[in-house]
Amino acid sequence: MAAATSVWRQPSILPGFGIALGITLSALSLIVLVPLAALALKAASAGPADILAVATSPRTVAALRLSFLGALFAACVNAVFGMILAWVLVRYEFPGRRFIDAAVDLPFALPTAVAGIALTAIYAPNGWVGSLLAPYGIKVAYTPLGVMVALIFVGLPFVVRTVQPVLQEMQADVEEAAALLGAGRWRTIFTVILPPIYPALLTGFVLAFARAVGEYGSVIFIAGNVPMVSEIAPLLIVIRLEQFDYAGAAVVAMLMLLISFALILFVNLIQARARRRFGDV
Amino acid sequence: MSVSVTIESIEKRFDAFAALRGVSLDIQPAELVALLGPSGSGKTTLLRLIAGLEQADQGRVLFGETDMRDLSLRDRRIGFVFQHYALFRTMTVGENVAFGLKSRPRGQRPDDAEIRKRVGDLLELVQLPGLDKRYPSQLSGGQRQRVALARALAIEPRVLLLDEPFGALDARVRKDLRAWLRDLHRRTGHTTVFVTHDQEEALELADRVAILNDGRIEQVGSADDVYDHPATPFVCEFLGEVNKLPVKVVGSQAFFGDRPVLGGLSQNQGGQAALYVRPQHLRIVDDLPLALPGVVEHLRRNGPLRRAEVAVQGLAKRLDVDLASQVAPAIGEHIRLRITHGSLFAAA
Repeated sequence: MAAATSVWRQPSILPGFGIALGITLSALSLIVLVPLAALALKAASAGPADILAVATSPRTVAALRLSFLGALFAACVNAVFGMILAWVLVRYEFPGRRFIDAAVDLPFALPTAVAGIALTAIYAPNGWVGSLLAPYGIKVAYTPLGVMVALIFVGLPFVVRTVQPVLQEMQADVEEAAALLGAGRWRTIFTVILPPIYPALLTGFVLAFARAVGEYGSVIFIAGNVPMVSEIAPLLIVIRLEQFDYAGAAVVAMLMLLISFALILFVNLIQARARRRFGDV
Repeated sequence: MSVSVTIESIEKRFDAFAALRGVSLDIQPAELVALLGPSGSGKTTLLRLIAGLEQADQGRVLFGETDMRDLSLRDRRIGFVFQHYALFRTMTVGENVAFGLKSRPRGQRPDDAEIRKRVGDLLELVQLPGLDKRYPSQLSGGQRQRVALARALAIEPRVLLLDEPFGALDARVRKDLRAWLRDLHRRTGHTTVFVTHDQEEALELADRVAILNDGRIEQVGSADDVYDHPATPFVCEFLGEVNKLPVKVVGSQAFFGDRPVLGGLSQNQGGQAALYVRPQHLRIVDDLPLALPGVVEHLRRNGPLRRAEVAVQGLAKRLDVDLASQVAPAIGEHIRLRITHGSLFAAA
C-alpha cells in the first residue's frame, strides 16, 4: 500500500491525503473539467471545415481581438492605478481612507448590468462625463473605448486586493535603507519597492485580465455592440446561441478558452520562477 | 574620514508622547558609543534623528561643523544598519552591497570592475567571501546582519549607526558578532553609534555608554564610570542587579536602623538616603564592626557564581549576595555581611 502510493505522496504526518485529493478531483471534474470537455465535444461536432470557417470569419476575429486586447489594456490600466491606489491606502493616513478602502470592493458586489447602465448614463454624450468629453470629439459610450471603461471598472478590485497585503507586509525600513544609501526616489521605487511586489501585481493583473475577458453584463450596455467594431466575444457567443448555432457558439467559446488558458499558464510559470528565486525573507 | 557628531538639546514629540526631552551628546571622531536604555526610552528615536530619518522639533545635530539639515540624505553619508536588516530581498548579496555605490550620481560612480572589486573586499571584511551570488533568504540571521553591515560600509560612511544590531539573533551568535564588531571598529575607525537594551553588550563593546530613560540622558561615561559610579538610581538599577537599603547618613557614616553599615562617606548632605549595593559588593565576614547580621534563606547558582539570599531584620526584601569562596554557608546559618562598595542616593 505504502509502496503503491509513494509516487504520489511525500510522507506526511497530516492524515487525509487520499480523501482530500479525491474530493478535490471530484469537485474539479464536476464543476470545471466535465463541462469544458462537453464544450470541446460540441465544438468538435461542427467538423474541421466549419470550425475553420467560424474561427477565421472576420466577425469572430474582430470580436476576439476586441475582447482580448480590451481586457489586456484594462488589466494594464488596473495594474498601474490599482497599484497606486493600494499604495495610498497602505501608506497614508487621511480622512475618508476607510471609506475609499470599502468602495474599492463595490465592483465585486454590484450586479454587472447595474454597473453597465450607470457607466453608460455617465459616459453617454449627454451624460456628466460624456458631455465634457464630447466637445473634444471623444466618444466613450457605444465605442471600443466604452468597452474598456467597463472592463477597467470590473477589474479594479483585483489588483488592489492582491497588492495591498504585500505592501502592508513590506517594512518601511527597506525604503529608508535605500534613501540612506543615496538612492533617489525613482531608483528606490523601481529597484527596491516594485520588485518584491511583482508576483502579487502579476496575480492581480491576471485576475483582472481573466475577469475582463469573460465580462458580459456591464459591457453590453455601454458598448453599443456594433459588429466588427464594439462587439465582444462573449456577446457573439450569446448571439450565436440565440440563432441556435450551438456549434458556432462552442467554437468561439473554445477559442476564448484556449487563448485564456495559454496566457494564464504563461504568467503562472513566470511567477513560480520568481518565487523559487527570492523565497520569503 | 570619520567625523565628530554633536547633538544639541534635541526635543522630539510624537503627538502627545515626548520621545526626547532636551538631549545633548558629543561624540568624538572614531568613537564607539552605545545608546542604552529600556524600550520607550527614546534611544532608537535619537539614532533615527542622527540619521535624519526623523526631524527634531528643537535642537540640532552637527556633523563636524556642518548642520546636518544642510546636507541631503546622500551627502550625509550615513551607514545605517537596521534591526531587521532591511536587505533588498530581490537582489543578491553582491547587488545589495553594491547598491550604495551604484546609486551615486554618474560622475562619482566607480566603474563596474571597481564596484565588483569593492564588493568582494567588503564581503571579505565581513567574513562572507564568495557569497555574493546568494539571495538574502538563503542566509542565516547572523550572515544577513553582516551583509547589512557590508552594505552600510560600502558608501564609505562618515558615521555608522546601528539599531539593535544583534537584537534578533540568538545568544551565541550575539557574543561572536560582538567581539567581531569591536575588532572591525578598531580596524576601520568609523564614528559609530549603536542602540541596545542589553547592558552587557553596551558595557563590553562601547568606548562610552549613554544611558537613556524617559527621553533624557541619565549619564554618559565609560563602562567603568557608569557601572562603578552611577549618577542616578535608574542607572544603577539598569546596569545590573542591585540591593537597596534605606539608610540614614550621619557625618561620614551610613546607618541601617541604629547600626553603622558603611563608613568613609564624602557626601555631607546627611539625613535619609537609599544605599544601592551590588551582590558582589557584599562580603561574608567574621565579627567586625560595620557588619550587617542576617540569616541565609536560599542558595542558588547564577552562571559561574553562587549566590545566597540573606534575610536581614527590618528589610522586606532578601539581600542577594555573591559568594566569593567555594565554601558556601549553609541554609539557616547566621552570618554577617560587610558592604565593600555602595552608591548613595538621596531618598526620593
